[in-house]
Amino acid sequence: MTTETLARPDIVLTGRKVVGGVAEGEALVTRDTISGWGGVNAMTGTVIESRHELRGQSFAGKILVFPGAKGSSGWSAVFHMARLAGKAPRAMLFNVMTTKAALGAVVMRIPAVTDLDRDPLDVIETGDRVRVDGDRGVVEIWKAGARPG
Amino acid sequence: MVTLTSEEQAMLDGAQGAAVGKAMELLVRYAEALGAERFVETNNVAGVPGSAHPWLKDYYRADGGDYRAVFSRFDLDSDEVVDVPRMNAYSCHLQGGMDPELWAEQGMTPEAHENFLSDERETAAHGIQILKTCTPYIAGNVPVMGEHCAWMESSAVVFCNSVIGGRTNCEGRESTSAAMLAKRIPDWGFHRDDYRLGQNRVRVEVPVEDVFDWGMLGYFVGDAVQDTIPVIEGPISKASLIRHKHFGAAAASSGGVEMYHMVGITPEASSLERAFGGAPRGETFVYDAAERRRIYEMLNAVGSSTDVDYVMLGCPHYSIEQIAHAAHLIEGRKVHANSALWVFTSRAVKATADANGYTRILKDAGALLMTDTCSAISQAVPKGTKVAALDSAKQVHYLPAMMGIEGWYGTTEECIDAACTAKWKGRLQ
Repeated sequence: MTTETLARPDIVLTGRKVVGGVAEGEALVTRDTISGWGGVNAMTGTVIESRHELRGQSFAGKILVFPGAKGSSGWSAVFHMARLAGKAPRAMLFNVMTTKAALGAVVMRIPAVTDLDRDPLDVIETGDRVRVDGDRGVVEIWKAGARPG
Repeated sequence: MVTLTSEEQAMLDGAQGAAVGKAMELLVRYAEALGAERFVETNNVAGVPGSAHPWLKDYYRADGGDYRAVFSRFDLDSDEVVDVPRMNAYSCHLQGGMDPELWAEQGMTPEAHENFLSDERETAAHGIQILKTCTPYIAGNVPVMGEHCAWMESSAVVFCNSVIGGRTNCEGRESTSAAMLAKRIPDWGFHRDDYRLGQNRVRVEVPVEDVFDWGMLGYFVGDAVQDTIPVIEGPISKASLIRHKHFGAAAASSGGVEMYHMVGITPEASSLERAFGGAPRGETFVYDAAERRRIYEMLNAVGSSTDVDYVMLGCPHYSIEQIAHAAHLIEGRKVHANSALWVFTSRAVKATADANGYTRILKDAGALLMTDTCSAISQAVPKGTKVAALDSAKQVHYLPAMMGIEGWYGTTEECIDAACTAKWKGRLQ
């Protein structure tokens, strides 16, 4: 088996560019929508909302996969602060377009894709290796452990 | 791809100065992210421009760490620091971080107050109206039907869209600051007719009349429809500014509702057919006596001790009608030694409260009328607070979780009683 076949992704999704750029990392997936102000600690990149399935976990440096943004209009500013603190996600994939998610992705300056041809929440699991090409709207997924280091 | 008019292209190219150019750059990135095809012009922008915690100023210390640095780098997300002129759009500053006079009572340090004063001087110098409220629509900025606005603050956004028929998305700090300079916002979402149609139906089967019940119905609606647009019908009566204010704030907190239709009540819902337009009618949710009880219990789930040591009124900021009511309820009584009562409003409304003697009545009773902020925004509660009583579904949603305290939800009367007795005796009537 060649390195090239090993490196071929298990799944490829295509969608619409929100913000361009390319990033690769480990997925952090949640089916809960995410609040910015009051829901996230920007200084640690940690979800703090009570009853949230990611409560206590940090999205810093992860490929954040989530249904969409909710809550206060302070969403973008909180995630913007997370970027300054070095705690922003590396890329974002989400289903429901809102002004909060769009502006948040813009000011974090991270690749982001939406309107994917399959629901990313169904095919991506926490720990999967994910490469997001925002410019082309292409998302490559290697299921956990399938990619050589 | 977003299409620019020749004027917008010129702005982007710097014809109106570097700051407007940077503002357009950010707005183009934002429009592309949304998938918007053009901009609408706006001359009504409400945000929190330029104000900054010392952490942010320190972060930009290499650029001078001042208002100019923060506005360029953070508000406009610019890679270079530019001179920031007076705003071009009619602009106002929403809620801030502390009361301009009672900041020490709120636990703020003199250094934080100095920072507040410095930011406020800059806000004024840039032509931004210092409304300092989450309720700009009762403090000097009332949009009209169909007016394109760019507003932050979820409770104000839902009021603007639903009650007035103004048009705004739930904007963020950076988009509003940029819109203040460029007078543009992406033509997306609530600016467009088809986006404003109802998506799900709520059938109300119990009478909803007083402010307390309007708040609970709002909390139910948000929980049910999440961030979709509900069309609500049933025995809802006594529609008024304070009822819509409480309803919308609650629906925006429990769900993320940015617009609602109430059949026969709100301006774009003269009938069920009009509210839905040609759109599919989605799911139907029913609000009956059992749901009313469930919502009441949900709002009171974080209360166990009945020893109330803090009562907060004014979320969203109280109107003069509500301050008059609170003053009437407490006149001749005293806030209990083991409790405290803080009431929040805007500076504009407080001026009227001063003139009417309500501020004095509250003070004589041992309560404080504060402006600019609230306990959740400034994370300020009286020292040692463990159990709060609130007459706002939105505040009980946020404050206990943020401060790690217990919270009760009840009527204004029950809250004033709790302040005067230090005991919670609220129950669902």
